[in-house]
Amino acid sequence: MTQALAFLYNPHRFMAFSAWAAPLLGALALGLAAAGLWLGFTAPEDYQQGDTVRIMFIHVPAAWLGLFVYLCMGGASFLSLVFRQALADAAARAAAPLGAVFTGLALATGSLWGKPMWGTWWVWDARLTSVFVLFLFYLAYMALRAAIDDEAKGARAAAILALVGLVNVPVVHWSVEWWNTLHQGRTVFAAGGSRAASVFLVPLFLMSLSYMAGFGSLWLVRIRGEVWRRRAAAAEARLAR
Amino acid sequence: MNPALGLLRREIAIAWGRGGGLMVTGGFFAGATLLLPLASGPEPERLAQIAPGAAWTVLALSALLGLERLFERDYEDGALDLMAHASLPLEFTCALKCLGHWLATGAPLAVLAPLAAIALGASPALAPLLFACALAGGLAFAFTGGIGAALSLGARRGGLLTAVIVLPLFVPPVIFGGGALHAFDSGLPWRAGFALLGAYAAAAVAVGPLAMAAACRNALS
Repeated sequence: MTQALAFLYNPHRFMAFSAWAAPLLGALALGLAAAGLWLGFTAPEDYQQGDTVRIMFIHVPAAWLGLFVYLCMGGASFLSLVFRQALADAAARAAAPLGAVFTGLALATGSLWGKPMWGTWWVWDARLTSVFVLFLFYLAYMALRAAIDDEAKGARAAAILALVGLVNVPVVHWSVEWWNTLHQGRTVFAAGGSRAASVFLVPLFLMSLSYMAGFGSLWLVRIRGEVWRRRAAAAEARLAR
Repeated sequence: MNPALGLLRREIAIAWGRGGGLMVTGGFFAGATLLLPLASGPEPERLAQIAPGAAWTVLALSALLGLERLFERDYEDGALDLMAHASLPLEFTCALKCLGHWLATGAPLAVLAPLAAIALGASPALAPLLFACALAGGLAFAFTGGIGAALSLGARRGGLLTAVIVLPLFVPPVIFGGGALHAFDSGLPWRAGFALLGAYAAAAVAVGPLAMAAACRNALS
């Protein structure tokens, strides 16, 4: 693990690696999404949820990814804060908008599902609220980064905030058990095996992998962009001298 | 004089004295409480239902008020630089600053909160629990709020940014305290929520100063 990270720390090696890894992951994401969506739309209707069960194939992976991206961002922030790795900081910065999009997607699709199933667009259930809080954490992270002019200082302040926000992640995860109100409890990873039927589990699984690969691809592309931006800024500074 | 005690007295004096201190936060608290019946209608039954929660919300918002002055002024006039190089660890200094802030504004607001709730129609039996929740919650608000204040040092529009950073961090204590109050109001066991609120406050006191000191060092570097 540390060796893999040490390999990627080197920007040159990272650029060489990501040049083929990003398109590969992107193609993988598209293929998995095609398979997952095909199986999802040909799956039988759920006996309770009817056709709306298909929203789950979009919604559930987005909610997972919202959390997962925050973990990635927190890990990258830790590396940049403790080991002062410039590339780790670029990774944290690149992850934030992606995570915000995934959480936003989870909130929007959850709302679309909630209207026919619960009869309301939004309920102040603990789990919805904590995903909303996660979304606000992404916004706060990006706002803090944008508000500090000195880039190095802004990066470290944002990294501290990301680590503080990691405290929120377990709250999101276990809030279902803490305040089990309207949102259904865990189904896929429930104790004693999954409670979902396999016709729904397979497309869900494929869609999750697709989201994961898509995130990996976009993340690499964004980190590459960040590296290019810094190289351009460095070149500009050299020219100005 | 003991430097820690001296620093604490200085922080209390600044939070209490200059710029109005309690007059400002207390005034904001009273004003925001006043707006609630004006906005949602004066029917006593309905107000009584939301009274504890409303007082609790207004308390959380009031805790935001003094935050921008917690580090900003010392950062601008160089006092924070001196504190960073003093014999007291910066973590301890940050903790004392938050403690002073809480003693000067949070603790007096804890007295006002039950008054506001009762004025809105909450049962007087709720007052001791609301007071205790406001004390513990105020401690959590002060120490998590300090993180936001320290992080937005040197940022443009720091005060507004502090609120954006801090409000998501206020979510757990608001949920726990609100849950305890609601449970007490409906005759359910309330200790769990209160214990969680206390746990969050304790965690904030323990972890907050580390983040604050790191943020201050970063801003001073």
